[in-house]
Amino acid sequence: MADADAALDRRPWFLLAPALLAIAFLVIVPMSFILVYSFYENVDLAVDKVAFQFSNWQALFHDSYYRVAIWKTLRLSVIVTMLAAVLGYIPAYFIAMTTFRHRWLLLLLLILPFWVSFIIRTMSWIHILGNEGALNGILMWLGLIQAPLQMMYQEGTVIIGFLHVFLPYMILNVYVSLEGIDRNLEPAARTLGATPWQAFREVTLPLSMPGLAAGCLLVFVLTGGSYVTPLILGGPRDFLFGNLIHDAVVSELNWPMGATLSFTLLVLLGLVVVAYSRVMGLNQLSKAFR
Amino acid sequence: MAGVELKNVEKSFGAVTAVKGLDITFEEGSFTTLLGPSGCGKTTILRMVAGLEAPTAGDILVGGTRINDVPIHKRNLGLVFQNYALFPHRTIGQNIAFGLKYRGVSGSDAAAKVKAALDIVRLPGVEDRYPAQLSGGQQQRIALARAIVIEPDVLLLDEPLSALDANLREEMRVELKAIQHRIGVTSIFVTHDQSEALAMSDKIIVMSAGKVQQVGAPEEVYNSPANEFVANFLGASNILDVRVAGSDRDAIGLEVPHFGVISVPRARAAGLGDAKSGRLVIRAEKLKLLPAGDAGAGVLAQGVVRAVDYQGQIARYFVQVGDMELQIMNMIDGRPFSAGDATTVAIDPRDCSVLPADG
Repeated sequence: MADADAALDRRPWFLLAPALLAIAFLVIVPMSFILVYSFYENVDLAVDKVAFQFSNWQALFHDSYYRVAIWKTLRLSVIVTMLAAVLGYIPAYFIAMTTFRHRWLLLLLLILPFWVSFIIRTMSWIHILGNEGALNGILMWLGLIQAPLQMMYQEGTVIIGFLHVFLPYMILNVYVSLEGIDRNLEPAARTLGATPWQAFREVTLPLSMPGLAAGCLLVFVLTGGSYVTPLILGGPRDFLFGNLIHDAVVSELNWPMGATLSFTLLVLLGLVVVAYSRVMGLNQLSKAFR
Repeated sequence: MAGVELKNVEKSFGAVTAVKGLDITFEEGSFTTLLGPSGCGKTTILRMVAGLEAPTAGDILVGGTRINDVPIHKRNLGLVFQNYALFPHRTIGQNIAFGLKYRGVSGSDAAAKVKAALDIVRLPGVEDRYPAQLSGGQQQRIALARAIVIEPDVLLLDEPLSALDANLREEMRVELKAIQHRIGVTSIFVTHDQSEALAMSDKIIVMSAGKVQQVGAPEEVYNSPANEFVANFLGASNILDVRVAGSDRDAIGLEVPHFGVISVPRARAAGLGDAKSGRLVIRAEKLKLLPAGDAGAGVLAQGVVRAVDYQGQIARYFVQVGDMELQIMNMIDGRPFSAGDATTVAIDPRDCSVLPADG
């Protein structure tokens, strides 16, 4: 009997083991290496000296260049997240509420972009927004403008690129949440005297908050950690914190500084996740559904 | 409070006609049941009154005013759903006060009304709980409280008891009717359960395939079904082909296979007219099963019990009489009959009703 109980007690650990091992070997161990590396000294291009010194961390805290990058990253991530929340909620609501019989087709359309490399999808904006791109071509052909508009390589283009890539994550998260809401709740609110908008605001929106909150967190973290999109679509001033890491590691071959920046980004985004789930009260919200 | 009238109402979904040519009056303060199998259009009627569906043609009047074009939130109707449809993220108190908020009632006035509504449904003091913390029966009471607290013109009940288990359903049935009686609100109740309909209604509207089959008080619909559908849908009936053998001023003589001639009062055969043949309807519980050779009252025939469905107080027998199989439900007095027993079946002519042959 006691043996059986003991075996039962161990069972959760057996089930958790693969995930714990994966996290340990693929996240914790490599990140520890990176933390150690941040104390090394970079002597020349790609030449590092094993050391325990704080020059990289001092540079991080004293050079305003890094603070600007953190601020830019935060600002852009907030803008992208808010736009994605608004732009994603509408199609998610439509897919969840439609009486269209082939709803799977709409969901498939949502997943379809993932079949094309995200670099190629990002590059495709050059053909749409570039000086020789489709949009300028149409506007000139219509005679609305005489010379091509400069639409590429600025912050707006980077935001469009981010939205394009991350919107499906937002839509899917919100959709799953909306899908789980009892279809009779809105009619119930309506018969009690709520207008369509009031019924949405009082019932559907709060009940879809878990999905919206999860989608926002995902988009925020994904944006905050990006560097490819600004690299392809942004101008020289449109860099995120991730671009600094890319520059340090790939261009300057200064791995200790790259390690310092990487670890900083990890901690910053980690703090956002923790603070966010506290403030949004994600665990509180789930109580209502016990 | 107000009566509801449907005038020549029709509803189609694309090419499918859900209901057609409906003329129904729901009297002020009455409890009317729309009874029928699923897909008969009863829920569509309820949803049209609520405003959740728009009729394709015809008028809907509440208290004499046409409401076809009045949006849902201005209709002042209470709707109770089968699955309760309580707001899971709101407390019970907030759920019940939801409709009050849009009627400008708030603060202590609202709290007092919520308390009164909870007293009516006999669940005082649960204001601060969440719906998921209550049982199904309690949740349905809260849904009812939420619907009646706004003092609706009409209370619409969409199979509100179907999700409850059997014992609770019977308890809630009595209570729901009592509450309706107390507050006197015009109520439209949708169900496919004949015993709910019979127990609760002032008036039953039996529906099938989008059409009204019969309208009447429970005992009227039960005892004098207007057609075979109604006879079969409400309880178990035996329907036998009969020929008219003769008639006088008070009664019609009908030749029933194996039983001989049964003299049925004219009032019970009004639908027959001058036809030479018809169909005799006799309820399973009105037939009497006696030991073989027993001379009981009424018209007799000999039969053999084929199968017994024992239900405790009563038993349902399937009895072979010649080439006919009859369903008989009798109270068990002593020992029930067993399969294979030879028996006598007795019909009391006063329990029969006669429909036209093509009915």
